[in-house]
Amino acid sequence: MIFLIPLLALAALAAVPFFVGAYPLGLGIGILGYGVLATAWALFSGPTRYISLATVAFFGIGAYTVAVLADLMPYPLVLLCAALIGLVVALLVGLATLRLAGIYFVIFTFGLAELARQLVTYYEVNVTRTLGRYVFLPIGPEHIYWQLLGLLAVTLALAFWISRAKIGLALRVIGDDPVVASHLGIGITRTKLALFSLSAVVMTLAGAIQAPRWTYIEPSIVFNPTVSFLTVIMALLGGPNRLFGPLLGAVPLFLLFEWLSANFPNHYSIILGLLFIAIVFLLPNGVLAAWDKLTARFKNNEARA
Amino acid sequence: MSLLTLSNVTKRFGGLTAVNDLSFTLTAGETVGLLGPNGSGKTTALNMISGYLPVTSGSIALDGTTISTLGPERIAHRGVARTFQLVRALPSLTVGENVLAALAFRKDPLWGSKAEAKIENLLADVGLAGRQQEQASNLTYIDLKRMELARALATEPKLLLLDEWLAGLNPTELRAGIDLITRLRQSGITILLVEHVMDAVRALCTRCIVMNTGSRLADGPTADVLADKSVIRAYLGDDHA
Repeated sequence: MIFLIPLLALAALAAVPFFVGAYPLGLGIGILGYGVLATAWALFSGPTRYISLATVAFFGIGAYTVAVLADLMPYPLVLLCAALIGLVVALLVGLATLRLAGIYFVIFTFGLAELARQLVTYYEVNVTRTLGRYVFLPIGPEHIYWQLLGLLAVTLALAFWISRAKIGLALRVIGDDPVVASHLGIGITRTKLALFSLSAVVMTLAGAIQAPRWTYIEPSIVFNPTVSFLTVIMALLGGPNRLFGPLLGAVPLFLLFEWLSANFPNHYSIILGLLFIAIVFLLPNGVLAAWDKLTARFKNNEARA
Repeated sequence: MSLLTLSNVTKRFGGLTAVNDLSFTLTAGETVGLLGPNGSGKTTALNMISGYLPVTSGSIALDGTTISTLGPERIAHRGVARTFQLVRALPSLTVGENVLAALAFRKDPLWGSKAEAKIENLLADVGLAGRQQEQASNLTYIDLKRMELARALATEPKLLLLDEWLAGLNPTELRAGIDLITRLRQSGITILLVEHVMDAVRALCTRCIVMNTGSRLADGPTADVLADKSVIRAYLGDDHA
């Protein structure tokens, strides 16, 4: 029964492209894309409380890999290459930075995304002498939707497994107190590196899968830092330490941002900033935790009455 | 047989020498008090033994093997466990998960149903029977200390470092705390305890090492050390010596 409900939900979601038009399907792709990013972000940043702004670095690497390799090899192999490149970058970056904590880590990850964008721009301008790239792949929006849905299902399954596995406990201990973690025999760097890399591979795949949708990509599109900020805010809104929290945050916020960018294109960033501040102040652990707190208080009041 | 050997261990923080040329040996099964006025370097010594701080010079060996070049997680795997001067609970975890964290990552790890049974036993041993599901952040001070001790014991250490574990307890709690450490001592575990509560030191320690301004001032049977004039002078000043 427990496995039946998610399977039914997955089947229902997979059927969506047969019943909706192009615009709703586009919204579905956007929601799934951010759902994947936010869930992957929370895999690492939820328990460790390391706020990473490197999401778009991996997302962009994924998209660019597809743009570069799409003509050279079959599509599944392109995705595999993207995942491997994401993994190697994550391992290198992780080894160099996961000893950083707090604000230093945040700033570094933000810098990393900018570095990736500048390096790609430099390479394209100076070596290939063309800034943008075209992605012509015979992959329709419904296929992108299905791939993202599959990736989301796998990511959620991984998150579920990790939350019950030893590595999940290790991450929570590290998040609570790294000094205690090391004195209990937990290999801190190894654990953080494993989860950071896993999360990065998923983000890279999310970028790779969505690349054919844009047809034309350039660094300012696929390395846009707003993607990193949106991912953080979505995960925080829903609750980064709950399985479905980040996804729950992604749905309303994606729709809201879509509406805002269509109707208030000039004020979009201001509203985004205000919303970010409001969420951090009012719902530091997310909607789900706030809801639990509220119901617990209600029950206590009832018990007293 | 000597379990722990400190040889000429020194720790400097910039211009400050916190521990200066400290040497001593612990025999397996001993309960030894590490005493000294505030700032004498006791906690720094403990931090170097557990690997939290690297030594500036000198070496520390456990069972004849040098551990002062290792990080805390590898020292933990070799059989050193500790509690902290300021209790370090894992607040977002339950009491049971706090102990599970130690069982799951020790050298001979336990997980699943085996770990559950062990957690029950360990919590019962420290007086927290049936409290597995409670959130660690909701515990009282003494219960946090009990939980931290259960967590340290869960690693099945050869050497247990207790940093002022009995500080801040009321007389009843103190009695219970001393009884608890007495039981541990009888189980054969080697204990090095930093402590200011002299009643506890007298009740628990057969031997004491006294530090002052980073150096070893005295080392010997508890009664002799506590009567030593230089020790009294270090604690209370010249008028009392």
